[in-house]
Amino acid sequence: MAALTDNTVRTTSRRIIGDEMIVFILMTAVLAIVPMTGIYPYFVMQGLCFALLACAFNLLLGYGGLLSFGHAMFLGTAGYVCAHALKVWGFPPELGIVAGVVAAALLSIVTGVVAIRRQGIYFAMITLALAQLLYFIYLQTPFTHGEDGIQGVPQGKMFGVLDLSHPDTLYYVVLGGFLFGFLAIYRAINSPFGEVLKAIRENEQRAISLGYKTDQYKLLAYILSGTLAGLAGSLKVLVAQNASLTDVHWTMSGEIVLMTLVGGLGTVFGPVAGAFAIIAMQQYLAGFGQWVTVIQGVIFVVCVLTFRRGVVGEIAHYFKRSL
Amino acid sequence: MRIRLAALLVGTALTFGMTFAAMAQDKVTDKNVKIGVLTDLSSLYADLGGEGSVVAAEMAADDSGLKAKGWKIDVISADHQNKPDVGAGIARRWIDTDKVDIIADVPNSGVALAVNNIVKEKNSILLDSGAGSSELTNTQCTPNTVHFTYDTYMLAQSTGGAMVKAGGDTWFFITADYAFGHALENDTTAVVKANGGKVLGSVKAPLNTADFSSYLLQAQASKAKVIGLANAGGDTTNSIKQAAEFGIVKGGQKLAGLLMFLSDVHSLGLNVAQGLNLSETFYWDANDQTRAFSKRFSERLKTHAMPTMVHAGVYAGLLHYFKALEALGGNPHDGAKVVAKMKEMPTDDPLFGKGVIRIDGRAIHPAFLFEVKAPAESKGPWDLYKLVGTTPGDQAFRPLSESKCSLVKH
Repeated sequence: MAALTDNTVRTTSRRIIGDEMIVFILMTAVLAIVPMTGIYPYFVMQGLCFALLACAFNLLLGYGGLLSFGHAMFLGTAGYVCAHALKVWGFPPELGIVAGVVAAALLSIVTGVVAIRRQGIYFAMITLALAQLLYFIYLQTPFTHGEDGIQGVPQGKMFGVLDLSHPDTLYYVVLGGFLFGFLAIYRAINSPFGEVLKAIRENEQRAISLGYKTDQYKLLAYILSGTLAGLAGSLKVLVAQNASLTDVHWTMSGEIVLMTLVGGLGTVFGPVAGAFAIIAMQQYLAGFGQWVTVIQGVIFVVCVLTFRRGVVGEIAHYFKRSL
Repeated sequence: MRIRLAALLVGTALTFGMTFAAMAQDKVTDKNVKIGVLTDLSSLYADLGGEGSVVAAEMAADDSGLKAKGWKIDVISADHQNKPDVGAGIARRWIDTDKVDIIADVPNSGVALAVNNIVKEKNSILLDSGAGSSELTNTQCTPNTVHFTYDTYMLAQSTGGAMVKAGGDTWFFITADYAFGHALENDTTAVVKANGGKVLGSVKAPLNTADFSSYLLQAQASKAKVIGLANAGGDTTNSIKQAAEFGIVKGGQKLAGLLMFLSDVHSLGLNVAQGLNLSETFYWDANDQTRAFSKRFSERLKTHAMPTMVHAGVYAGLLHYFKALEALGGNPHDGAKVVAKMKEMPTDDPLFGKGVIRIDGRAIHPAFLFEVKAPAESKGPWDLYKLVGTTPGDQAFRPLSESKCSLVKH
């Protein structure tokens, strides 16, 4: 586990921050000019939502060493709550997003208390079980409309002025949400909290012997991860204008793992790259029909066999930089 | 905000010029048509829709006769992977950048309802054949959507009504325990009761149940004449296979599949599926015209399968679309206008016969109740059905007086 998750390169911390800042500024600049380039904005928006989701997942697995196989429950719960709040209760979009995020946060507290008591495969199984439990609840609860999903969610006006039905406005709102979540994660992993988290990942017994209450750290990381996954879910509702069972299904949890692994586990930018790669495959290879899943599978196998650190992880390793 | 302003300044005049040119082009009536077949090419609906729907769309383009008159018709396709996000994303991109005029097929109700919202927003067209949700032409109806082949209301009406008339007046349901299953059971129950039948009981089975034995034993013990399977996909095939093992049909009870297709029956095989009752709006072996179409269809398809009603609906719906375009004298690239024309003209095609498209977007044609043949009666691999009853179009679909569609004026 340690060999797989450890993508950090030991250099002085000053240079790490420098490299990461440069890449961050580059990424933000590229993302900021997307609407002017003619790249299809809805694709980038979907990519951003999944990128945030994968980053949140990466916080837990890449830095905390906790493989959650139920992260779809946060995405889906926030999505359903946000969509219901916008459509049925008539909330303005900013409150809808908050409602979704709060729901995901509450859910992560409840599930976290249960799940973090175990590690490794047991942790993965407990999170999967909880996510499946929620899936069947959502399948039956009337407000989710079962297989039909909540459709035609109004986008409304953010803060009463920003008309989200305009693609460019929506794009910058989603980009803002993504950057907020990304920086929150970045701040968390570069804080003393993040250092302790990495220590727990490497050797939990030693961290305990040093006097850290590891359960509290793990729970906090889990809640942070779940809450930010919820933010991704809320933003996704504004983009896709629907909330459906796909987002709470276990295959979505698997896709999150895939995105993070392809991009680079335990790297700051890896999950972003991985999310865009997977979403691009889903959208742009759709014309190949049944080959989409085959191509996805082949890429995953190649990734695992030849560059185990993921795309960004391998680049970082080659240049001996931390990304 | 600041970044956006700066970037706006960077945006070149060329981009704007191109955008305006593209916007101006939209309004021109021309003879170019682009059809996007959005379907499931890789998963559970791939046999009832999938590649066959693409072939059906291409055949409709060839048979419309418009190509000979100088029209240019393109058919493109994509796999929505049964994910509403992916489907909605593709639909949006097709309309925005690929200039697709009409999106056809779209099995899976979740994806269809998502695309339904997009075509309304973008003034494009959804010609749905593969999805079952009757909401497409009820609470969520739009002036841009035509729902062609079937819906859950019609399945309940045809299977429930025609079976009671044929003597199956006591029912027991095995229902998939979620909204779709409940709705199908409730709709069918109402029809059975309205026709003088009785429902003796029902049992709810969780989604993706592997072992139906306890449910089937309850159904057997109820002594109901008909066991209604209000479920879909793997649940339906599992329950039918296990019912065959219990000898339920041989014991004199009838099985009614409330959502099944020709492709499902073909893959189950006659040994397992014999005696099963189900409703469809099209069967390839119904008359000379359907046989002629189906022969050409299966020759063009790689698997050489016979067309399902979903394939037939894609073909017939698009034929009608082309007729509307011809009547308009060109393609105005205006979804609502073309759909209005499609509703104004009566439908008449070799597969579904004469019919209409109602104001709510519902295409009206008769529904047929079939019984699956015994292996001894079948003359070939696709000789699967015998006709039991017919429900006329005006009774098969939800009447406008009960409609909650905003386009219907009460």
